[in-house]
Amino acid sequence: MTTTGTAPEVDELACWREMLRVRRFEERCVELYSGGRIRGFMHLCIGEEAVAVGVLQALGPDDAVVSTYRDHGHALVRGVGTDRVMAEMFGKVTGCSRGRGGSMHLFDAGRRFYGGNAIVAGGLPLATGLALADRMTHRTRVTCCIFGDGAMAEGEFHEAMNLAALWHLPVLFCCENNQYAMGTSLARTHAETDLAGRAASYGMPAAAIDGMDVVAVGEAATAAVAAIRSDEGPRFLELQTYRFRAHSMYDPELYRSKSEVDEWKEHDPIDRSAARLRQDGRLDDGWVTEAEQEIAAEIDAAVERADEADVEPVDELLRFVTSEATD
Amino acid sequence: MAVTTYRDAMREALREALHRDERVFLMGEDVGRYGGCYAVSKGLLAEFGEERIRDTPLSESAFVGAGIGAALGGLRPIVEIMTVNFSLLALDQLLNNAATLLHMSGGQFNVPLVVRMTTGAGRQLAAQHSHSLEGWYAHIPGLRLLAPATIEDARGMLWPALLDPDPVLIFEHNALYNVRGELADDAGAVDITRARLRRPGSDVALITYGGSLPKAIAAAERLASEGIDAAVVDLRSLRPLDDETILTAVAATHRAVVIDEGWRSGGLSAEIAARISELAFWELDAPVRRVCSAEVPVPYARHLEEAALPQTDEIVAVARELVHGHD
Repeated sequence: MTTTGTAPEVDELACWREMLRVRRFEERCVELYSGGRIRGFMHLCIGEEAVAVGVLQALGPDDAVVSTYRDHGHALVRGVGTDRVMAEMFGKVTGCSRGRGGSMHLFDAGRRFYGGNAIVAGGLPLATGLALADRMTHRTRVTCCIFGDGAMAEGEFHEAMNLAALWHLPVLFCCENNQYAMGTSLARTHAETDLAGRAASYGMPAAAIDGMDVVAVGEAATAAVAAIRSDEGPRFLELQTYRFRAHSMYDPELYRSKSEVDEWKEHDPIDRSAARLRQDGRLDDGWVTEAEQEIAAEIDAAVERADEADVEPVDELLRFVTSEATD
Repeated sequence: MAVTTYRDAMREALREALHRDERVFLMGEDVGRYGGCYAVSKGLLAEFGEERIRDTPLSESAFVGAGIGAALGGLRPIVEIMTVNFSLLALDQLLNNAATLLHMSGGQFNVPLVVRMTTGAGRQLAAQHSHSLEGWYAHIPGLRLLAPATIEDARGMLWPALLDPDPVLIFEHNALYNVRGELADDAGAVDITRARLRRPGSDVALITYGGSLPKAIAAAERLASEGIDAAVVDLRSLRPLDDETILTAVAATHRAVVIDEGWRSGGLSAEIAARISELAFWELDAPVRRVCSAEVPVPYARHLEEAALPQTDEIVAVARELVHGHD
């Protein structure tokens, strides 16, 4: 199998709906945070939905995902239940990490979703090891590791890239480049801003993709996953995107101009997909209304269930520190 | 009974594990062709091949993280960090992932990882290669810490460590590798949960572990010649600590000296002294005393290094003072 040839099919309509679902979920999180229902650090992926959707649609159920603290979209698209993600942020026992993790640490063993890692670049070695286990046991699974542009300044990034390339491991490294490491721009933190070029220096194929276009992301990811599954070794994708919201709920956004944000908003991945779908006659107002209603109902139900769910009793505090204490 | 060394016993433990469980593999710097920095893994590459005896790049964070990932992926990795000094480069993975994932994921992801590392000073390697930082790791919930100080424990601690569903750190003091002694022909797994009374006594308890154990035993022998009957407790497990064995020895002697090659301030010796005063205050006839490393980066020159480390003379002097009081 080769990575060239005709572009793989990406179901753009399904992707559009999934991006809309993530967007509406994140918007609801803002309301809930403002109302004090969600606490702690919360990082939203509004504007970056095409990355989560485009990349993760390329994976199969046996593949693994390692994510970052900006993980709501990744978790939802991976299939972690909306109820369980919402309940986690409410700190409830029904949450996908039983309320132990919160917004930054969503986990789901059933979906092979390995977090929610809140130390920048800390997930890369982990993903490399998951892939090592697959390689050593001759399983044809792929581990997809998503991280931000900030991670590329960390030593762990370079160590993990080298190790994955050296050992020919089945990892898809996805750099969700939203242009800022918290509040410091790429140009102010990286001597060389050609991220794909830097990744390629480790001897693995690397490409820079328009991360505001879900089809472009989807095609690139699908091709990369196919190559990795065919034992062609690790791949790197830089998905160029932008977050429309602040870094976290505490961020006053002093480091970027409104005009810059507005400029990027013109490339809104959801609007862009919708326009293309409408043009092709695959989307109309009725479809949009129906999708909006279904999504709103799904999120309403998730909030309601999270609200009603129990919290873990305090006498369970020390559970899960060791497996002995887990039983 | 056969005469062997601590190093050879450790190698036999590795061989046994590699034979017994095909999920077990060893990785680290120079573990393969070089045969291990301390020759522990010498010959294993020829016996088990490159897949299972993996030489890694000098990327502590990546290969420790990869060990965590491989453990999550169903394997049973043994990661060798050449020395505790270099483990600082992997501290993020050990603390934020290995020790934390189980709890943070609400019990979904346990990490059955074993990490071996050499620790300690005494070979004129100067400040950066002479640390005893096991006390730092002993601070972390979610980790089990073992310090084999005898040939029997070098042979027997690895297998039960591999059976533990959670991460285990094994600290091997560099001064012990050449220790020779007898080992039963049928030697195998030992209990890794308990401290052990290496020598009974009624006047004072010398409580120690790892590389300081031979010094404490030598001190007890000297004290015996002076008519002081010193007990010696080998902690073996540094986390969790076996309070019962410590307190039993204190109850039998009413005096305790803690010997720890770590620094005194905020160290493991402080923890043990605190537990004794919390749990056995009324058993004590005298304050708990400590013999620790001087609070200085370990110097190169032999006489300075010797002065910086706990030595038998000092242990004898402190124990004598505890029993007889000041002159």
